[in-house]
Amino acid sequence: MINIVWAIVFILVAPVVGGLVAGIDRKITAHMQGRVGPSILQPFYDVGKLFEKEQTVVNETQIFYAICYVIFMIFTGALFFAGGDLLLVVFALTLAQIFLVLGAFAANSPYSYVGAERELLQIMAYEPMVILTAVGMFVATKSFNVSDIASSTTPVILLIPGIFLGFLYVLTIKLRKSPFDISTSHHAHQEIVKGVTTEFSGPSLGLIEITHWYETVFLLGFVYLFFGFNPLIGVVAVIIVYLLEILIDNTNARVKWQLVVKSSWLIAAIVGMVNLAALYYLSGGVP
Amino acid sequence: MTYLAKSPWIIHYDASSCNGCDIEILACLTPMYDVERFGIINTGNPKHADIFVVTGSINEANREVIQNIYNQMPDPKVVVAVGICACSGGVFRECYNVAGGIDKLIPVDVYVPGCAARPESIIDGIVTAWGILEEKLKNKVSSPMVSDHDHKAHHKHAQGGAQ
Amino acid sequence: MQLAQLLIFLILFPLIAAFFLFLAKKDMERALIVKLSALAIAIVSVYLLISTYNKGALLVSVIPAEPTGILMFIFEMLIAVFILYLGIVHKKWLVVALILVQSVAMLWFELVYAHSVHVQSNLFIDEFSNIMALIIGIIGCLICVYSLGYMKFFHEHHPEMPDRRPWFFAILFVFLAAMFGLVFSNNILWVYFFWEVTTLCSFLLIGYTKTEEATTNAFNALWMNLLGGVAFAGAIIYLAMFGNGIMGLDALLASGKVIALIPAALIGFAGLTKAAQLPFSSWLVGAMVAPTPVSALLHSSTMVKAGVYILVRLAPIFQATFTGYMLAMVGALTFLIASGIAISQSNAKRVLAYSTIANLGLIVACAGIGTYEAIWAAILLIVFHAVSKSLLFLSVGTVEHRIKSREIDDMNGLIVRMPKIAAMMVIGIAGMFLAPFGMLISKWAAIRAFIDVPYGFLFVVILAFGSAITLFFWAKWMGKIITVTSDSKNIEGEVDHSEWAALVSLAGLSFITTLVFPLLSTKLLEPFLMTNYGHVAQLSQDNIIIMILMLLLLVILPLSILIPQRKHKHVAPYMGGRTTTHDMRFSGSLGVQKKTVLSNYYLHEYFGETKLRTAGVWICSAVIGVMFIATVLRGVIL
Repeated sequence: MINIVWAIVFILVAPVVGGLVAGIDRKITAHMQGRVGPSILQPFYDVGKLFEKEQTVVNETQIFYAICYVIFMIFTGALFFAGGDLLLVVFALTLAQIFLVLGAFAANSPYSYVGAERELLQIMAYEPMVILTAVGMFVATKSFNVSDIASSTTPVILLIPGIFLGFLYVLTIKLRKSPFDISTSHHAHQEIVKGVTTEFSGPSLGLIEITHWYETVFLLGFVYLFFGFNPLIGVVAVIIVYLLEILIDNTNARVKWQLVVKSSWLIAAIVGMVNLAALYYLSGGVP
Repeated sequence: MTYLAKSPWIIHYDASSCNGCDIEILACLTPMYDVERFGIINTGNPKHADIFVVTGSINEANREVIQNIYNQMPDPKVVVAVGICACSGGVFRECYNVAGGIDKLIPVDVYVPGCAARPESIIDGIVTAWGILEEKLKNKVSSPMVSDHDHKAHHKHAQGGAQ
Repeated sequence: MQLAQLLIFLILFPLIAAFFLFLAKKDMERALIVKLSALAIAIVSVYLLISTYNKGALLVSVIPAEPTGILMFIFEMLIAVFILYLGIVHKKWLVVALILVQSVAMLWFELVYAHSVHVQSNLFIDEFSNIMALIIGIIGCLICVYSLGYMKFFHEHHPEMPDRRPWFFAILFVFLAAMFGLVFSNNILWVYFFWEVTTLCSFLLIGYTKTEEATTNAFNALWMNLLGGVAFAGAIIYLAMFGNGIMGLDALLASGKVIALIPAALIGFAGLTKAAQLPFSSWLVGAMVAPTPVSALLHSSTMVKAGVYILVRLAPIFQATFTGYMLAMVGALTFLIASGIAISQSNAKRVLAYSTIANLGLIVACAGIGTYEAIWAAILLIVFHAVSKSLLFLSVGTVEHRIKSREIDDMNGLIVRMPKIAAMMVIGIAGMFLAPFGMLISKWAAIRAFIDVPYGFLFVVILAFGSAITLFFWAKWMGKIITVTSDSKNIEGEVDHSEWAALVSLAGLSFITTLVFPLLSTKLLEPFLMTNYGHVAQLSQDNIIIMILMLLLLVILPLSILIPQRKHKHVAPYMGGRTTTHDMRFSGSLGVQKKTVLSNYYLHEYFGETKLRTAGVWICSAVIGVMFIATVLRGVIL
């Protein structure tokens, strides 16, 4: 069931793909705003630059948490692409995310502290929907293994369209896009400086950027699972979803955290419940 | 060419500027000038920044802030004084509460004069700054921790103001 | 015969130890007795596992049932008189009423039905009892050892409290004895007897300090548990009247749902009160006034675990019945609501209390569902929860003695001030909610179990929300602890060696249980599930390997701190450019010195205790009401 080759491919290729996606994102965003925008290789330049800079810290433990964050994010993605258990993937993702939060807490700085609390609120907001997505995929394909779901001939998207919409909703949180970029953002100087990443600098910030690329690729892989029955449709869907996220990012202002938590919970509860109930009814789960 | 030159992130601090230069700096970010094509990002956080862009002159309220922001930036770093007030104090230099240009407090690498400085000259100043950044990286220049002798010394490694 | 002796030893030996502890007045003597008996009990409970390993359920029928039963009845009546006396003295009329109802019921049973009831084997042991015995024997004893150091410190710093330590330690060991009795008894009358003893012990321990608050809370705990006791007595009477003389757990489980469902529902209700499920959660929160080892004992290895033990025991009866689903719904709602309340709590012990209630809710939900997968999850939850929760309570107790506070916000920078204890606490918290530790494995198992049953998606949704909430309150606490404050000094000092021994053992246990979890599952849980359900649940080999890999990563990564690294340049936290002193003071407007204070989010507006608890009490009471009505109707129809 576990395919090591895919895991290694992910570890090697994901940063390249993730960086390019980020670069294209910035280019498209610039065009949407009537600007030329940077080169699509800009994210690589940024990270390259960060590794050229001096490492300053508030205290040494920060670096430890940043390293743990990147390692467990890679672990999560590798497990996902190797075809592992989807629930375990979700739990590993949480573990990785917690390390970022701990890194922000460790600095004892007001801005990163607020960022950390908000990051936790975000996790609390999207976690139910992510778990329900995994469960929905299980009910649709009778397996929790990513390898089985991806190669299943069942059109997953047709069985769990509601869950797909719910997942798209929280995907905006996960990708740190407006209107849900409440915990760290290039646009929130006035309230939280840079939120969770405020106190990271130089190489450790570079690590966090790379982790973000890994995460993006992993999340896009998650989107692909809904369309696994036809790889072509799958890839096209992934592209459309990401373009949609860019559009949402550019047309919405950041909202308060209350709205983030309330709306994603409401959507998870309604969509998850209705879609799962319908699935159970269809598959004869309810007597 | 190093990556530093391709991704100069700035932090912009308004010392006691009249907002004239600040508006021009923001203008640089607009579609008209679009400095992001050079990879420039206004970070608003000294720990992420490479270039410290200061407008306005030093007064009692902001001298510690300028020093702190400077000290918290990781090396290599460059200071760009934008506008005549930041360069020398401008018309306010004789005021009782103004100490003069930014270089009275921290080492300034690029001076961008003007009242207000035009976006073109600001961009030119930043382009000059990344050349200096590269040079500092190559020579492994480590910047001093700046601190006032006249004021309460909060930093243990006080080495005195530059210049 | 050797087996019978082992079981009887485990039940009686703590009693003997309790007797000597009651007499021992010197610290030295007490320490010696506690440590030796703890060691003996732990060794025997491990030996019990070895000697019954792979033998399935074993019934023991050597003990003369008649005289023992009479002896127990006499004790029960003595307890009743004692409680009655206390109730009258303190004017707690609810307690008086409940104990009267209960005693009259049992007296009636004894006079009218007792002779018609015959139980072949009074004691038994199977894999589940073995696991419970290990939890009681090892974790319970570690807590007793810890108490030595804690109580000494406690009385040195609270001279106003009467020093009743002989009494305290005696009750602790009686408690252990009662728990052993409970998990080994096959005779329901015996279970009932031990059940009442645990109620009494918890009452005495909660009220130990004799302050007004302690007394009130102790009586609060008492009436709720007595209500459960009344239901239990009702189950016994029902069985005697309609049950064809069934009075053994084995016979009850084999008797089919027609007979067993109503008594099971009654005993299940008793289990809910003991496991502090909504609407009965307040007694466990109130029990926080007791010295911390008492909380640890009540939460991890005894008392509440008795409640879920009996529910898991009776789970085959609940399986696929409406009663079972309603019971599960009470548990699931308790999980959700109690987790929510935990967010709003700033007192560490109250967070722990609500988290216990929540996790017990999950166990109850699994027991109510009652499928083999759910029971697998339930037993795993019992084991892992016991380990992590006891570790957390004990470390909070140790910290509390040093910082003189139970507030989480006061634990800021604990990793600097008390690195060793902080590390223990972090392990405990990680054990509660992070992969790959046991609690998370169990939650995972619970999700899979819920998916496969009718209406399971409701439980899955509740679990998904509950675990997200859980994550929030644990992570923010963990964040507080690992914050590195630059101005703090190490104030750890000398930790009492008995406290230290218990903490280190428990921290070790949380790693070991996660590591040997596959063994635990294949060697103990699978045979148990096989005999009771004919199916086994397990994790796939791949997943186990991945989890072990994660655990190893988590062990290895912190070691990287030991590698000497290049020192990095230290800069102060970004404070908007403001000059900040070493201890995070800065001059605010008009030059006034301000101190930076960072506090957690408690979200009172959304997760306020009163609001959520009131809602929970009403909803869960309604669900319990529906459960009983449906059960009785079903009984009438069939």
